[in-house]
Parts: sequence; structure tokens; C-alpha cells
Amino acid sequence: MSAVKPNYTRALDLKHGRVDMSHGSGGRAMAQLITELFAAAFDNEYLAQGNDGATLPVANGRLVMATDSHVVSPLFFAGGDIGCLSVHGTINDVAVMGAQPLYLSAGFILEEGFPLADLKRIVESMARAAREAGVPIVTGDTKVVEQGKGDGVFITTTGVGVLREGVQLSGDLAQPGDRILLSGTIGDHGMAILSQREGLTFSAPIVSDTAALHGLIAAMLDSGAKLRVLRDPTRGGLATTLNEIARQSGVGMMLQESAIAVNQPVAAACEFLGLDPLYVANEGKLIAVCAAADAERLLQAMRAHPLGRDTAIIGEVLEDPHGFVQMTTRLGGRRVVDWLAGEQLPRIC
Amino acid sequence: MKYVDEFRDGELAKNIAANIAREAAPQRQYRLMEFCGGHTHAISRYGIADLLPPNVRMIHGPGCPVCVLPIGRVDQAIRLAREHGVILCTYADTLRVPASDNLSLMRAKAGGADVRMIYSTQDALKIARANPGREVVFLAIGFETTTPPTAVAIKQADAEGLKNFSILCNHVLTPAAMHAILAVEGGVALDGFVGPAHVSTVIGSKPYEPFAADYGKPVVIAGFEPLDVMQAILMLVRQVNEGRAAVENEFTRAVTREGNLKAQELVAEVFELRDMFEWRGLGSVPHSALQLRPKYAAFDAEQKFKIDYVAVPDNKACECAAILRGQKRPQECRIFGTVCTPENPVGSCMVSSEGACAAHYSYGRFRETV
Repeated sequence: MSAVKPNYTRALDLKHGRVDMSHGSGGRAMAQLITELFAAAFDNEYLAQGNDGATLPVANGRLVMATDSHVVSPLFFAGGDIGCLSVHGTINDVAVMGAQPLYLSAGFILEEGFPLADLKRIVESMARAAREAGVPIVTGDTKVVEQGKGDGVFITTTGVGVLREGVQLSGDLAQPGDRILLSGTIGDHGMAILSQREGLTFSAPIVSDTAALHGLIAAMLDSGAKLRVLRDPTRGGLATTLNEIARQSGVGMMLQESAIAVNQPVAAACEFLGLDPLYVANEGKLIAVCAAADAERLLQAMRAHPLGRDTAIIGEVLEDPHGFVQMTTRLGGRRVVDWLAGEQLPRIC
Repeated sequence: MKYVDEFRDGELAKNIAANIAREAAPQRQYRLMEFCGGHTHAISRYGIADLLPPNVRMIHGPGCPVCVLPIGRVDQAIRLAREHGVILCTYADTLRVPASDNLSLMRAKAGGADVRMIYSTQDALKIARANPGREVVFLAIGFETTTPPTAVAIKQADAEGLKNFSILCNHVLTPAAMHAILAVEGGVALDGFVGPAHVSTVIGSKPYEPFAADYGKPVVIAGFEPLDVMQAILMLVRQVNEGRAAVENEFTRAVTREGNLKAQELVAEVFELRDMFEWRGLGSVPHSALQLRPKYAAFDAEQKFKIDYVAVPDNKACECAAILRGQKRPQECRIFGTVCTPENPVGSCMVSSEGACAAHYSYGRFRETV
């Protein structure tokens, strides 16, 4: 009367266990980690196929594909963690192309000794973010490196989406006269990370803005406004992203400092550390460039969405062979808003 | 933000600007030097030059700690990290200062040297405590504002018996640099100084009195907020118009005539004057920098590791020297914005956002195109 033994005689110790080299070896320990942790959390029909790759229905139209690696330190921060960040980041890269994100893949590089309890928290956070966004993680990979060769966990996600018909968004389409819209406050993600890293505390905590923006973007496309460029100002912040657009499009820009909102604790932290919020990373904001005639309509559509409540028109695209992004300061003076030089904050996402 | 926004108010700025425009005599030139990089940064970041009449011109002074650090000093730090295997700690901007052999501390770090960016001297002490088997050297730079924290660290290390901690001391003195600028042969065409903000909180306004009394140059000490700077400019214009030269204090909310006596005592206890120190731009200036007193010699990295200072000439095309003395503007340098940019600084004025060249490049270069 011998029953067939289960594959794994003892369940993963997700409370006190740690990642060891066998979890990346391709053997039974790895299979167990995948089954009991990743597959259980991400649970969807494509992943359940259990093959080396996922078989997916072909979408009609043009595909958009984007990839993003995440090395943020600390792994857990106010407002999120590396898990949800890795889902939001890639969804946003697909969505700002004007595409509906459909599928994600996830690659994990784990460091030997990393607590399985932390890994579980991260994986569950990813699963929750993917579920909320309606974008399943359909395939993945896990590797383990020796202690000291990684820093806990690095996650690379790749996303695939399908473009709406007729939508053409690109960084080189901004034209003189266009308006520049920003979906909310800047600097929240970067300062949440940095204040945690440096042990700075403020009366109101700084919370990362990490969020998936495809819902907001769908509402913007639905508004019928003539959108030319969408970008999410992550590393390098608003200033760097605007400079990228200006260079790609061969135009200049004039911003109004008074229209760019910064949460008070973020402004205080930046002041304290000598940072300019224009260069601090965001993970749940977007910049839109649209035809002047449509700016008001787009503004209303964005403000009607929870993630765009604080949208403002922050400036205008100008003809400028030098491609300068300039700003009228609150004081009434004028300055260049240049590219970020060097590195402001390492390992922010 | 409370206590900050009040000093960045656009309406008030307009009022002060209107007063400056009204009071500045159209037939004369007002050449005012803001000594501090903090002021240079504020002027550029807030676009203050746009609010001034064309005959009121701001000249950027040498008060930027990394800008005045000569190549030979950075070389010393790199040698410590590479040849002596120390953990070299310093403030962020210093990492990018160009050194010999196309190196910088950042490049030395990429090449395997253990160079760490810190925010305060306390971080350096922490690293020393955590690594008892390694030597930890703090590359100490800066004017009178950053000297007291270094003094505190030395006293703490002494009290704790922290044997693996030392400093490479490059602390410099503001009044000595101002003397050096004014003592230039043929004189510098300057009508007054916007005096330092944070430095003056430590040393007080008294040390500037000789500049007014002996050189006849008005000095107005100002805070680092844009309205502080504008108010100081107005006060300087008034002094020039009235033919006066006095030390006035716009920054009364933080600066007294005597300064922070406790900090001064602390610095005097730990440091003494160096006979001679080489500045980038100003050359060798006597009694312009500090070194550790013999009592604290065990914490002096120069003695501990026997690394001598070797002077290295600046890049020939670089005009940092003339720019730091207020004799040239950044855009008058041939390599400004072409060979020398914030990504690849040749001269030190292009490194820190407080440097005249970096400030002009990052915030003001649209002016050359109109």
C-alpha cells in the first residue's frame, strides 16, 4: 500500500529559510522554489503551462516590447518594494508607447543567503501589482549567485503590449507650440528611497509614487487629444526626460517653475540634501506633449483619473536650434534646465 | 515651505529689482563679486542676472571648495587610496575633480581603489570603527563652514583612541583668499563683495572689516536665498553711490559680528595656520589654510603615510585661474562647453554646481545664443 510520494518531502521554509546555491541549480530545489513560491503567487494559465516559454495568443496590430532591470536599494521602502516597482516600471515603459500592456516576464538574480521570507514578500507584491494591473507574469527565470556577488535580489522584467490603432507616440514628434503636461508632483520616489537610506525622518513620511500608469494613459488616449509624446520621468527626473525629448525632436522648451508641484516633505528633503527635485526620480508620473489646441481637453481627462489628479500644464515647446530646455523661475528670472551631470542617486530603481 | 519660500518670493524680487534699477546710476558700472559658490549657484539657479540692469554685473569668486583644490592635492588622495590601500572618504563633488593622468577619485574607484562618498565626518568615523583592520582617511576640504565638523571628528577619534583614522587636511580660509584677490598687481576691477553666508555664521563679520577699511571695498554679508542676494546687491549699489565702504550685514538672522565663538575655539584647539598653501587659481598664498596642531599629528595623513605634496600645473588651455580671480568669464575660456563640460571637466570650476563654469554651463548658457 505504497502511495506515490510527493515530489518534495518537506515544504519550503518560507519563514526562516534562505536562498542557497541549489535554488538556482536547475534541480529539484529550484523546481520547488518555482512551484511553491513563484507559480503559486503569479498563478495564471500561461505560467501554468509549465514550459520553458509561454505560448500566447497573437494580438492584432503592432507589438510594443520593453525591458527594465531593477537594482533598487533598499529593497523595501515607503510606498512599495522592488517587487511592485519591477512590475510598474515595465508596464509604464510599454504604456507610454501608447500600448495596452498584455504580458510580463520576470528574471530573478538571487544572492545566496537571501531570506526566503523577504523573497516571498517581494514575489507577493509583484503578484499583487500584476493582478491589479491586469497584466499576468507569464514566464520567468531564476539564477542564484554566491554570497557577496549580488545584493539580495535583482529583478528584470520584460513587457509586451499591443498598440492602439492609429496611435503614434514618439520622442521625436514634439513641435513648436505644443504644450507640456505633467501628471503630478515630482521627486517622490527618489526622495522616499534616499530618505530611507540616509535615515532621514520628516513629520510627514515621504512615500514613493510607484504606480502602473496604463489606466491613466488609456483615459488620455480616449480623450481624443492629439498626443505626440508620452514619457515617464524616472532616473534623471523631469529635467533629464524633457532634455531627451527636446534632443530627439530638435526643439527647445520653456517651463514655468511655478506650475511644477513638489510635495512639501520632498521639497524639504531636497533642500536639506542640496538636491534639485527636477532631477529626482519618479515611478508613477508621466509627461505628455500635445497640440496646443488639445491641451485643455487632455488636462481635464488626466485630472479626472486618480493618478492624474494634480496634472498641470508646465510649459511649452519652442523652436530652438540649440535644443535648450529653459525655465522661468519663481523669482522671475530665466535659467537652463540642463541634463543631469554625473550621478545624483545610485540604485534608485 | 516655511522659512524658505519667503526668501524666494517673485513679487518681492520684482520690488528689489526695481529699486536696484532705479538707484544704479546709468553712467557707471557696478562690478560686484559674490565670493561664495553658494551665491554663484543661487544667482544662476534663480536667474537673478535677468533681474539686474546691464550695468550691474556679478563676478563669480573663488569660494567653491572643490574649485580651489589644486591637482596635486587630489593626486595625494588618489595615491593614498591606490598605493597605501586606505579607505578614502570624501564629499561627493570632490570625487569628480580632475587629477593627473586623466584620473579623478571616481575613476580611481572604478579602477579598484576603495573610495567612499560620505555626507558628514561622522560617516567617516563610522567607517573607521567598522573597519579596525583598515586605514581610513578623510579627504577634508572646505572653507570655515566645514572645518568645525572636521575638528569634532578629530577630537572624537582622539578620545576614542581610534588609531586607524586620519585626515588629508585641505581646509582653507576665506579672508586670506579675498586678500589674495585684492592684492593682485594692477588691482582687480571690483566695486564690492557679496560676503559669504555660512562661512560668516562661523567667523562673524569682523574679519571682513580690513577689506572696507584698507582696500576701500564695500562688503555686504548675505544669506544664500535669492532675495538675500538681491537685497545685498541693492545695499552694495547704495554704498557705491554714497562713496562708502563698510561691512554691512544683510544676513542678520544668522550672522553676528563675532560669529560662533564655540566653533572658533574648537577649530583653534585642533588646527593651526599653514605657512603656505597652493590654491588653484590664486597660486601659493601664505597663511591661507589650516593644518593639524602637533598634538593631533597622529591624525595627519600627510605625516602618517609620508605623502608629500607635489605641485602640478593646470591644463594650459584651462582658464580656471583667471576665472577664479574674477578676471575672465567662463564663456571667455576657449575650451568652455567644448572640451570642458560637466561630464568631462578639465578645470575644477566645471566640477561643482557652485563652480562658475558649471553654473554658467548648466543654468545660463542660453545667454550666448541671443
